[in-house]
Amino acid sequence: MKDLQDATWPKVKTAGFDGFLISFGDQLNEPANRAALAFRDALEQAGLAAVQETSTSLVSTYLRFDPLALDHATMRETLVALLKGRNWFDASLPRGRKLWRVPTVYGGDLAPQLEGAATAAGLTSAEAIASISSSRVRVQTIGFAPGMPYLGELPEAWNIPRQTSLNAQTPAGGLCVAIRQLVLFPVATPTGWRHIGQTAFRLFRPETDAPFVLRPGDEVMFEQTTPEALTQMQKDPDGGAVSEDIA
Amino acid sequence: MSRYLKVLRAGPAMTVQDEGRAGYLAFGLSRGGAVDSLALLEGAALLGQDPSHAALEMGGIGGEFEVSEEIRIALTGAPMRASIDGVNIQWNASHLIDAGARLSIGAATSGSYGYLHLGGGIAGKAVLGARSAHLAAGIGELVRDGDALPIGRDAQALAGQKITAEARFDGGSVRIVPSLQTEFFAPSEIARFETTAFKRDTRGNRMGVRIIPEGEGFKTEAGLSILSEVIVPGDVQVTGDGTPFVLLSECQTTGGYPRIGSVLPMDLPRVAQARAGATLQFKFLTLEEAVTLEQREAARRKTLRASVKPMIRNPHDIADLLSYQLISGATAGDDLEKDIS
Repeated sequence: MKDLQDATWPKVKTAGFDGFLISFGDQLNEPANRAALAFRDALEQAGLAAVQETSTSLVSTYLRFDPLALDHATMRETLVALLKGRNWFDASLPRGRKLWRVPTVYGGDLAPQLEGAATAAGLTSAEAIASISSSRVRVQTIGFAPGMPYLGELPEAWNIPRQTSLNAQTPAGGLCVAIRQLVLFPVATPTGWRHIGQTAFRLFRPETDAPFVLRPGDEVMFEQTTPEALTQMQKDPDGGAVSEDIA
Repeated sequence: MSRYLKVLRAGPAMTVQDEGRAGYLAFGLSRGGAVDSLALLEGAALLGQDPSHAALEMGGIGGEFEVSEEIRIALTGAPMRASIDGVNIQWNASHLIDAGARLSIGAATSGSYGYLHLGGGIAGKAVLGARSAHLAAGIGELVRDGDALPIGRDAQALAGQKITAEARFDGGSVRIVPSLQTEFFAPSEIARFETTAFKRDTRGNRMGVRIIPEGEGFKTEAGLSILSEVIVPGDVQVTGDGTPFVLLSECQTTGGYPRIGSVLPMDLPRVAQARAGATLQFKFLTLEEAVTLEQREAARRKTLRASVKPMIRNPHDIADLLSYQLISGATAGDDLEKDIS
């Protein structure tokens, strides 16, 4: 594997008419993920007047700015100067992180693609459940849909592709797997990821003061439960999930 | 709720929309808001109010409405057949509606999204700082038959104004800038993208529209192995079979397919308004050229309110023409002819 800290990364590129993307790699890896989170934090701290919004993806920091107030060349110079301030790849994870334990029903009618996913990973269904439910995965980014986590990284066996055709509608709370990652859906959505588990965990609560539950850096364990227990947990917005502070 | 808009019949794609909710990209929530952002500005100019007021966005077809008390409205975006108690009214104009009068808005005659603005705006509870429905995120709902939408207080009374809307309802040429993944496409593919005519597919909504190329799809050197990356409205995402999608205001916040470029914000209403079957073509500009054009457009938009003019009514539309005092006040005599169009 190439040295992550070689001269190639980070790369600064424009994104659309009014954005920049600062990428710390082109493959998912933990140092690049931490670098992206840390650089976003630094950008927010810098409080640049032309910057309107920032976010992160798996290995990049994004910012939206006003190109009518500040030209692209000057914005780029500012970013390059800020990047020179430190080695972002050795940044630590954000503070205030939590570990969530989320009750999950694996397989059956509620999560019909467990078997197919297990086969793709070369495992029996029981082995697949044991592998996923014992994996402590980390929120690498929130994206695609509101509050939706990309979680990783699973053991190598789970390096299975997305399906070429989409599931018409995977329900909210659905736990899906592909490419050594898990995603958990806040809203019903079509997806190419395989639906292996079902939770009652509400990731997006627009009517409350805390609409988004998970943060990048949080860790999650999807612990097995029964369909009967999950039905009971539907009334609770946390779906029976409990959290503890870890950092 | 003293002031409200009663929806007697709602078209199939009617939602409350404003400028959307910025600031939640890091949480996976796109800004959303009216897909034709210019239509919001035109409506605000007609009513002399701030563009932050929420309006009704009507996809393809309008509906039937009544108001609880006399209210000012403005109609912008895709032109639709509209009448008050059976009397035709102009699009791109403001009107006064009496309590109990029936406002009928039919199918769009061109374009996709029409807007009904109300003096004082649509009120009601804001969610995360905006009243926009964001159906993909599960915020808000479609407007349905029987809904009563509260209307804010209106400090003004001026109606009967018109505005010249920028033509953007029949497809046409759209400007695009290179973006973070443009280099994944060979120069020959980019050149072909610029010379290809695209037809707007029937598949399209507030998240994005599919555009079908004349000839074969577009290939990338990176293939389909790229990591999911930030996506923004305007991005032209090329899916697995080589068919592009142009993303609109309610798009997802990350995407796994490569982007060949990104449409200028000022040209995005043209893409959103193109109907199924309309032809779109793309022309690459440098970012510097794009900034110059956007600056010019921003300056033009500042003059929108000043460009509003009193409407001169078409005599065919004046039900009680004979009761009008037509001969007091001498004029050049061509007032009515000026606005027959």
